[in-house]
Amino acid sequence: MSLLMVEGLDKAFGGVIAARAVSFALEAGELLAVIGPNGAGKSTVFNIIGGQLRPDAGRVVLAGDTITGLAPRAVWRKGLGRTFQVAQTFISMSVTENVQMALMSWHGEAASLTASAAGLRRAEAIGLLGLVGMAEAADRPISALAYGDVKRVELAIALAGEPKLLLMDEPTAGMAPKERAALMQLVAGLARERKIGVLFTEHDMAAVFGHADRILVLMHGEVIASGPPDAVRRDPKVRDVYLGESGLAAANAAGTAP
Amino acid sequence: MDLPFLVTQSLSGLASASSLFIISCGLTIVFGVTRIVNFAHGSFYMLGAYLAVSIVPRLLDLHYSLPMFLAGIVAAAVVVGLVGVVMEVVLLRRIYRAPELFQLLATFGVVLVIEDLVVTFWGPLDLMGARAPGMRGAVDILGNRFPVYQLFLIGTGVLVLALLWLLMHRTRYGVLVRAATQDREMVGALGVNQAILFTGTLFLGSFLAGLGGALQSPLIAANSHMDIAIIAEAFVVTVIGGMGSVPGAFLAALLIGQLQAFGILIVPKATLVLVFALMAVVLIVKPWGLLGRPEAPATRAAPEGIANLKPFGRVERIAAVLALGVALLLPVFGDAYLVKLGTEILIFALAAFSLNLLLGNGGIVSFGHAAYFGIGAYAAGLLAIRLGMAMLPALMLAPIVAGLFAALFGVFIVRLSGIYLAMLTLAFAQIAYAVAFQWVGLTGGDNGILGIWPPDWASGRTAYYYLVLVFAVAAIAALRHAIYAPFGATLRAARDSAVRADAIGIDVKLYRLAAFALAGAAAGLAGALYAFANGSIDPTLLAIPLSIDMLAMTLAGGIQTVIGPLVGAAAFHTAKDFFMPLTDYWRLLLGLAIIAMVLAAPQGLAGGWARLRSRFSGAPA
Ligand SMILES: Nc1ncnc2c1ncn2[C@@H]1O[C@H](COP(=O)(O)OP(=O)(O)OP(=O)(O)O)[C@@H](O)[C@H]1O
Ligand SMILES: [Mg+2]
Repeated sequence: MSLLMVEGLDKAFGGVIAARAVSFALEAGELLAVIGPNGAGKSTVFNIIGGQLRPDAGRVVLAGDTITGLAPRAVWRKGLGRTFQVAQTFISMSVTENVQMALMSWHGEAASLTASAAGLRRAEAIGLLGLVGMAEAADRPISALAYGDVKRVELAIALAGEPKLLLMDEPTAGMAPKERAALMQLVAGLARERKIGVLFTEHDMAAVFGHADRILVLMHGEVIASGPPDAVRRDPKVRDVYLGESGLAAANAAGTAP
Repeated sequence: MDLPFLVTQSLSGLASASSLFIISCGLTIVFGVTRIVNFAHGSFYMLGAYLAVSIVPRLLDLHYSLPMFLAGIVAAAVVVGLVGVVMEVVLLRRIYRAPELFQLLATFGVVLVIEDLVVTFWGPLDLMGARAPGMRGAVDILGNRFPVYQLFLIGTGVLVLALLWLLMHRTRYGVLVRAATQDREMVGALGVNQAILFTGTLFLGSFLAGLGGALQSPLIAANSHMDIAIIAEAFVVTVIGGMGSVPGAFLAALLIGQLQAFGILIVPKATLVLVFALMAVVLIVKPWGLLGRPEAPATRAAPEGIANLKPFGRVERIAAVLALGVALLLPVFGDAYLVKLGTEILIFALAAFSLNLLLGNGGIVSFGHAAYFGIGAYAAGLLAIRLGMAMLPALMLAPIVAGLFAALFGVFIVRLSGIYLAMLTLAFAQIAYAVAFQWVGLTGGDNGILGIWPPDWASGRTAYYYLVLVFAVAAIAALRHAIYAPFGATLRAARDSAVRADAIGIDVKLYRLAAFALAGAAAGLAGALYAFANGSIDPTLLAIPLSIDMLAMTLAGGIQTVIGPLVGAAAFHTAKDFFMPLTDYWRLLLGLAIIAMVLAAPQGLAGGWARLRSRFSGAPA
């Protein structure tokens, strides 16, 4: 059975249809990219899976458990870690404190009135920061980081809950091209090594076609194509409505890159 | 209960609904456009009543007729509208982008200023307005007498609703108002028009408040306390109706009017409990009110409150030890006055510190923290006097009672956020106040209860001072520990980003509720200590002005720091104790000080220190 099964998601905001009959599955260790133009419904689908939004219809199954309509905190307990399109961090805290907070929560220590929060799970937090290349910035205020670095810290936060599934909504936004490739490399490595399923969206076609195992194309809330990168690249509908000239060039470049 | 009686009862319900609506819709329109909850709206209502008392008889002297009466009422309302314009231009313009807390405080500063000015101009006595020519009698309705003026009020309410509808739907100004209410982004795009829109809205809102007050002047004597009473009622109406919604205000006013008219038949002394029950039911079903819409979570760059929590440095540690030393030795070198002052400072320091657990640490803007202080005081006083309980057990139980009430109110409060949450804390506090005021049999009503003294061993000033010192320092140390513990960090996390907190397994509402109960319990302990220090309790201990005092202390010290509220409580209470006997204008001065603080130094005293410290240590601020 697949790690994540999404079946027939519908979601409308007033008259705007943000998702219609969206279905797909994702295996452990697999990277699935969701692409589509602005407003296609990518974030909506992510938010339904993460519990931030309730679907009008449909079902989400994570590792055999139905999680449709559960609160985000419950979904996290079931093994979902995520990053947001607009990074969500604890802006008044330092970089490590952000990760420590997630670790405290994961280990059921967040409600403690007796311990002191300052040193709690610090070593572990720095370990996770090392993984995403942010260990040197551990004690800086997170508000002082460049946006790309904040996104990395968000990844470390998401990893604190030992997730089975990672949702990453535009993980490389705000990064330079070289950084993007490095981050995607890192995520792909983690996915393979830890058998984590990764669902991500990107507007950067090089990141998508270079790293995804499979690609799902959304358009006006509907899945218009899905399959391995090569198939999606060749799909005439996708070329027409989404990729265009420059996207195609980037996709091709990524495909032919070693 | 026959039909004619029910009809007249329902009509008098409509009359009070109509007055409530006229006042509340002004508040809600101003909020819709400016996103500022204007505390001074109640003061404008009061001003309207006083102005009508002065203007209407002069006009009636010229010509005794109904049109002259009406002209006087409208003139009073127009003057109030102009006062609103002045307030917009001088004050509000500078704080549209400030955090809600500062906005509320600034407008409350205006309340204090107006209160003192009103007493200066019109004197301390209640003043009855002139009655309307031709509307002094009553008419026969199904065999019952019903006052004509009440019918006139009903008609006025309907007329105001109709005119507002026309204004909102048939004029360009109205289109702008509605657009601004629905879409914040749009306001920024207005450019020059924005200033006109906001000033115009303040005129309209204040005019309506003044109209409401002027219309009441023949019925209720104008007095300098009517501002707070009415603003609390108007808050309840807007909370039930949904903030920013005129039809919501209308609906809520109708409901409350009828509930009061008929509730008084079923439970004569507990109409407030009914209003409370209505509010609770509405908020359970619709947390944002009948016709309100959820407020989109504010996306602020940096949160207000404790940021970047650090353990005490050497300087702070030395200062803390010094302060504790001074506190311990105070009775040795100080006279009776200083010991009394010290006792009160310790008590308010605990209260302000508990408030900052919510404010600075949790981002929960409580405008009714005195409620829990007062509930603690009443619990201690009632346990001691009515049940004959000894002081120490009463001091132990009082915080539990206050904590339980905080938890009960908190269930509703933590479902909301931002300004809505602040309004609800205030509404609950006002209900607690009203219960203490109305339930004379239990609480002694306005007079309160006297004779709450400590037992012999603690009855000396010095002995009681040390008792307070032990309790207050222990409670403050415990709260401080909670702030540094994971619990406190989790609260700050939820404050910074509720979305992120939820996505890492944190039940944000549950934590806020726990914080609310904890802070309520600590405030309750402070209140209980105060009851035994003063020997008496009365409703002012739960009233809005005390809530504001606590906020002023906390902000004066700085909500960005852990110890700020302690510094603020000491400074504020010392100043109050020193200046209040010297001047008749304490409220005016306090009001101006609050406004100045909001405009000039929102970081507070200890916040300034923190900035100095980071500047000298070279770390980025
Ligand atoms: N909370 C909301 N209320 C109303 N409409 C919404 C809401 N969230 C999303 N929408 C609408 O739903 C549609 C899908 O939005 P969504 O954010 O899922 O798109 P997206 O594919 O993530 O776009 P982008 O690439 O710009 O991030 C859009 O038309 C958007 O305006
Ligand atoms: Mg998106």
